[in-house]
Amino acid sequence: MTDNELIWRIAGGSGDGIDSTSQNFAKALMWSGLNVFTHRHYPSRIRGGHTYVEVRAKDEPVQSRGDGYNFLLALGDSFARNPQEEAYYGKEELKPLYENFDDLREGGVLLYDEGLLDDEDVDEIGLEEAAEENNWHVVPMDLRGIAKEHGREIMRNTAGIGATAAILDISTDEFEKLIKQNMSGDMQEANLNVLHDAYEAASELDVDHDIEVPEGSHDEEQVILSGSNAISYGAIDEGCRFISGYPMTPWTDVFTIMSQHLPEFGGISEQVEDEIAAAALALGASHAGVKAMSGSSGGGFALMSEPLGLAEMTETPIVLVEAMRAGPSTGMPTKPEQADLEHVLYTSQGDSARVVFAPANIRECYTQTRSAFRIAYEYQIPAIVIYDQKIQGELRNLPASHFDEEPNADPGSVLTEEEIQDAAHHSSGKFQRFLHEPEDGSNVSPRSVPGQKDGRFLATGNEHNPSGHISEDPENRVAQMNRRLNKLDDIRADLDENTSHQTYHGPDEADYGILVWGSQQGTVFEAVDRLNENGHSVKALGVSDMAPYPKEEVSEWLESVDEALVVEMNATAQFRGLTQKELGKYGDKMSSLLKYNGNPFEPAEIVDGFESSIDGEELAASNMKYLPAAGD
Amino acid sequence: MSAFSAINEEREIERDEFTPGIEPQATWCPGCGDFGVLKALKQAMPEVGKNPDEVALFTGIGCSGKLNSYFNSYGFHTIHGRSLPVARAAKLANPNLEVIAAGGDGDGYGIGGNHTIHTARENHDMTYIVFNNEIFGLTKGQTSPTSPKGHKSKTQPHGSAKSPIRPLSQQLNAGATYIARTAAVNPNQAKEIIAEAIEHDGFAHIDFLTQCPTWNKDAKHYVPYTDVQQSDEFDFDVSDRAEAAEMMRKTEERLYEGEVLTGRMYVDDSRPSYGEEKRQIGEMPEEPLAERYFDEDAEWERTYDNLLEHHK
Repeated sequence: MTDNELIWRIAGGSGDGIDSTSQNFAKALMWSGLNVFTHRHYPSRIRGGHTYVEVRAKDEPVQSRGDGYNFLLALGDSFARNPQEEAYYGKEELKPLYENFDDLREGGVLLYDEGLLDDEDVDEIGLEEAAEENNWHVVPMDLRGIAKEHGREIMRNTAGIGATAAILDISTDEFEKLIKQNMSGDMQEANLNVLHDAYEAASELDVDHDIEVPEGSHDEEQVILSGSNAISYGAIDEGCRFISGYPMTPWTDVFTIMSQHLPEFGGISEQVEDEIAAAALALGASHAGVKAMSGSSGGGFALMSEPLGLAEMTETPIVLVEAMRAGPSTGMPTKPEQADLEHVLYTSQGDSARVVFAPANIRECYTQTRSAFRIAYEYQIPAIVIYDQKIQGELRNLPASHFDEEPNADPGSVLTEEEIQDAAHHSSGKFQRFLHEPEDGSNVSPRSVPGQKDGRFLATGNEHNPSGHISEDPENRVAQMNRRLNKLDDIRADLDENTSHQTYHGPDEADYGILVWGSQQGTVFEAVDRLNENGHSVKALGVSDMAPYPKEEVSEWLESVDEALVVEMNATAQFRGLTQKELGKYGDKMSSLLKYNGNPFEPAEIVDGFESSIDGEELAASNMKYLPAAGD
Repeated sequence: MSAFSAINEEREIERDEFTPGIEPQATWCPGCGDFGVLKALKQAMPEVGKNPDEVALFTGIGCSGKLNSYFNSYGFHTIHGRSLPVARAAKLANPNLEVIAAGGDGDGYGIGGNHTIHTARENHDMTYIVFNNEIFGLTKGQTSPTSPKGHKSKTQPHGSAKSPIRPLSQQLNAGATYIARTAAVNPNQAKEIIAEAIEHDGFAHIDFLTQCPTWNKDAKHYVPYTDVQQSDEFDFDVSDRAEAAEMMRKTEERLYEGEVLTGRMYVDDSRPSYGEEKRQIGEMPEEPLAERYFDEDAEWERTYDNLLEHHK
């Protein structure tokens, strides 16, 4: 099952250029015709500490990390050589080597930079025994030395790439092209020399291994990008020209990308004092007629609870992004989890009317962000895009044409000045901004923006009458409440008609189902394929609309299977709880496979978890939890 | 007709245009200082030539938040302490709007203190009026950030151990470029200061002393007051930061000794507003951003047109 794929892991210290090197490696493989997918693991430390990135390459589309990996490039942690730090952290420079033993497959290749490590130390960590046991091909090389010969040791990354290419018999053409594209002058020349020298040196070693790098070709032009790129580009293409935020991992990614690019698109970015202000600014910009977004991660999003409620009550459209990381509280800043779903669905006081989308991959990060803006502005409601640290940083290639869509600058239901003149006005002169029964029969009331002639109204977080005046009249209250909440039914119907975000995978008919949401979808789909190959009868449904919930679709699907396993990255089965609450039944049909140790699922874990669950056995793996069906 | 034809409309503006008509009736207590702010604000509008459609008023929560209901303009009654960040963004989105924010002393100096400091620091071109009555009014008389030390209330029955905040000095340090104190009992000065503040190109902070006859009975009605510009005792240059700081120190100290000093405390016309600074560094569009959404000829770039190149 794992033949014909390369999963290359590069490991080193944070700040050693692991991330950029892996990006280049993935891009070069994409250029050579392969499909690529990256998985990133890093500590909450700026410099030093163990970090790695995997690049998985196949000739067919890849939508998940794999099971372990088959090639390790361990660079050694260059920030861990201070004796004082050694007393504190231990021999950190060795971590990129020994911390990666667990997942390296049998028969894999282990290339490490002996220029940074003492032989005695390497002996102590049991490399030799482990290699023998697992039939690893261990290749020590002085990558640092090769780099230093041509200038600076930081270029050992390039040396690692050159050596990798030689060992795997990959042409260096694409790597050269990248170096020429990204660098100039002496730097370019030095890196090219390092690449070649390392390639030559590794070629002479003649490493004997079974890894076959697949060959592939693309039918059309590809792009490689992250979930944060895709969310940002979806926002820009949907006419978003205002962003406000406060840095917090992993939300910072979207905030940074938007801040870098919005001015060139004629937009505005504001880094402000806190997340309450960030959401409030987005509201103010939207009130004044601009498509706006803000966002944060768990703790920062908690602060946005109050402005979010204000957006609901004043029917001011905004889009908020929630990039999940492990919680509670500050939790694990750089580790993924899917445990903020309930936080996002239910935060803020009162009966809430909000839309929540959970993109499952980079493709959906783009399309669903566009949906979020369209829905928010057409229906005058806040929309939240919730994703996690896994999708945020992972790279995947897609056809460039996926992004070739017309921009949509339509600010939704805002009237022109001519239309305002013909619209209903209160006797006090105020425009009837919050009509109980809008003339077009929808639940969306007409909207004006400040500066338009005769469009004056009051937006207030208090309950209000049609012209915006504060009102506690019972009949008005019920009419306004109903209109705001009824929009959710309209939005559900709109989505069903125009953009189905749910994804079906596997055979049409199967005995068992796996239900999944968000970033674990691709991994589940890969596991489903394997389970069917193993003789099971399984299909999967990936749900990407959290609110309004796609009740009909999920009900029909659940009816069609005998049992369903719900896979999610949290400890309390939040999505399963939502499904049961929304559908009002199926509690006896759904059990859960949960993982919350800071690492996303691997396909084999889902295969194992599924098989143990149907056999009624206890999970062998201690890093996951099985939660049986709970009844209705 | 342009999208925002009310902005910069050339005509005579009448004070009554800012009265909302038959409803709602003001629910402030008889004798409340807030009436003084409303009146001064309405009187200032004809002086600055602004019509109701081009004014966007943002308020917080509390008695001061009701200002929106009695003042006819575009209004946004936000949440406690958050009027400034909402207002800031509206100004950035459409710099042609006349943006005014208002809140109470709890709103601006307590719960929203962070926003107050940062809005001053950034010097957004807007006017901020703080209704300072040294008490929480709408929640029925609790100690506020400007209540004097030793002030007794239901929540501080032994008398507050905290010194009051010094809003004028604080805002000077934060970076406000127009700072004044006025009082409801001084309607002409209040009107002039509000008009000046609106015309000031930068962040104008007005600490507006408003008596609370219901919950702060022992407190002064801020009379007699002294207008520092009219008095021979206080000869200082409002554009000199050090002299302004000294004047503010006196003003803030003496308020709690029973002497009410009002007037312009600091005026800096030299510093460009935040929007202008942002425009100069290339982070603000030349034309108001909001206009683009109504401009049929506006060209909307796609990420496909240029950003995707980096990912190929």
